[in-house]
Amino acid sequence: MIVFDKVSFNYGDKGFEIRDLSVEIGRGEFIGVIGHSGAGKTTFAKLAVGLLKPISGRVLVDGMDTKTTPVSDLARKVGFVHQNPELMIFSSTILDEVGFALRNLGYPEIRIKDAVGRVLESVDLIKPLNFPPHALSFGEKHRLAIASVLVMEPDVLILDEPTTGLDYGRCLQLFRVLENLHRNGKSVVVITHDLDLLGMFAKRIIVFEKGKIIRDGPTEEVLTDISFLEEKGFIPTQLQRLANMLGVKKLTPQEIAEQIIKKKLI
Amino acid sequence: MGPSVVVRNLSAKYIGSDTWTVRAVDLQVNKGEMVVIMGPSGCGKTTLFRILAGLVPSLIPGTVEGEVTVEGVDVVRAGYKQLVGVVGLVYQNPEMQVITRSVIEELAMGPENLGLSQEEIQKRIDWVTHVLNLYDLLDKDPQSLSGGEKQLIAIASVLTIKPKVLLLDEPTSMLDHRGTRLVLEAINQLKKEGLTILVAEHRVEWAVEAADRVAVMGRGTILLEGKPEEVFSRVEDIQRYGVRPPGIAEVAYELRKKGIDIPIPVKLEDSWKLGVGSK
Repeated sequence: MIVFDKVSFNYGDKGFEIRDLSVEIGRGEFIGVIGHSGAGKTTFAKLAVGLLKPISGRVLVDGMDTKTTPVSDLARKVGFVHQNPELMIFSSTILDEVGFALRNLGYPEIRIKDAVGRVLESVDLIKPLNFPPHALSFGEKHRLAIASVLVMEPDVLILDEPTTGLDYGRCLQLFRVLENLHRNGKSVVVITHDLDLLGMFAKRIIVFEKGKIIRDGPTEEVLTDISFLEEKGFIPTQLQRLANMLGVKKLTPQEIAEQIIKKKLI
Repeated sequence: MGPSVVVRNLSAKYIGSDTWTVRAVDLQVNKGEMVVIMGPSGCGKTTLFRILAGLVPSLIPGTVEGEVTVEGVDVVRAGYKQLVGVVGLVYQNPEMQVITRSVIEELAMGPENLGLSQEEIQKRIDWVTHVLNLYDLLDKDPQSLSGGEKQLIAIASVLTIKPKVLLLDEPTSMLDHRGTRLVLEAINQLKKEGLTILVAEHRVEWAVEAADRVAVMGRGTILLEGKPEEVFSRVEDIQRYGVRPPGIAEVAYELRKKGIDIPIPVKLEDSWKLGVGSK
């Protein structure tokens, strides 16, 4: 769906932010992207949606080169949710906010209302269509921002640190929304520091360091490799450490409890 | 060790608001203890910290009822200006706390404003540099530091005012793992120095590993309070209050569900209680 072919990029003033990167994001994936601040995660996301163009190499979105394809065409394939939802909200009603892109495309009002209603339901945001977005809670604003992107029906949704500022309950609610989208065939790519949530939801983990991908594999493989995570400065969760001590590639409390019983440890 | 923070029947609301943000809170923190306060957004933990730091009502208008003393000082009556050297508050966003162009200036600013002698200022900078291991950062421009390093400097510059109680409001929520690790190491070091520390935090596991006691807040009041093992053994309550237990406790819950009667550990070093690893 999205192909990075030997992509390099920098912001002009210093060394390369992304260096000779080749990676593919397929259909129907749920990917967690991890890495320390400055590792190139956000740049990677912006390259993937065509907001930034590679200096060398190519990024293909469903076969379209991001250098030559207008962002509005790319937006039907891949959506980007900014780290700070406050920056994405500019309308005075939920309908105007979520329906903005469709209205620009000249859709009839009745179709816009219908699409907005459906997409709000899919992100679990049940509010009147004339509700002012600025009066929403932080967690709701996040889901509104996702809805505004989803209304274009992209195949891939990329979210940049969506859990910042959310408490555990709201993080869980957000990831359940993402899980649901994934079940309905969308590819979801989440940039986050929360290894706990990724252990529960993501199927694949990509690790960035200094503009390069240093690890790419199934979640249970990467997140139970404690020596790798520690060497790279990450803080593994207790569940990840327990799985490692047990020598199993399982990350949920249920699965780990089952292993303890199966191995007759208790 | 005697009490450092005493809160009795504390209720508070902001000006213009009908609802009480903090309701009938009782809390005691002894000298040298580290207490972690958990709870969902809007549970009242930030308001509690603002009251302890003397910001409400003397800077942020509101109504405060009940009794709050920190190191024997009535903080509501005293207000933040009188609490210098008593309470230090560090906020969650390091970007908003570091303001000068040199780390040394940043560290010196608090004590300089107190009118301390150059000798005393230098003594405090030397102490905090040693305790938090800031040697490599001293000559840098704070704006060039990473988020974690900035947070460390924000903590250090509060420490040079020599507070007896340190309040940390979600100190790692804006940080990556490297930054979180720096802050954790700092907290552990400050515990050794005998400082009384209150931390409001969502991320449970590290907090529980370091905490002497845990308080769970919800709807403005303290719902559960005690040693981490006691608090997290109340499985149903914890789940109902929307606090994620440490992973090891969740595994113990699952084992209990299957009829295995075991204690609920909260720290990884107690994994032997689940038959994993050795004592």
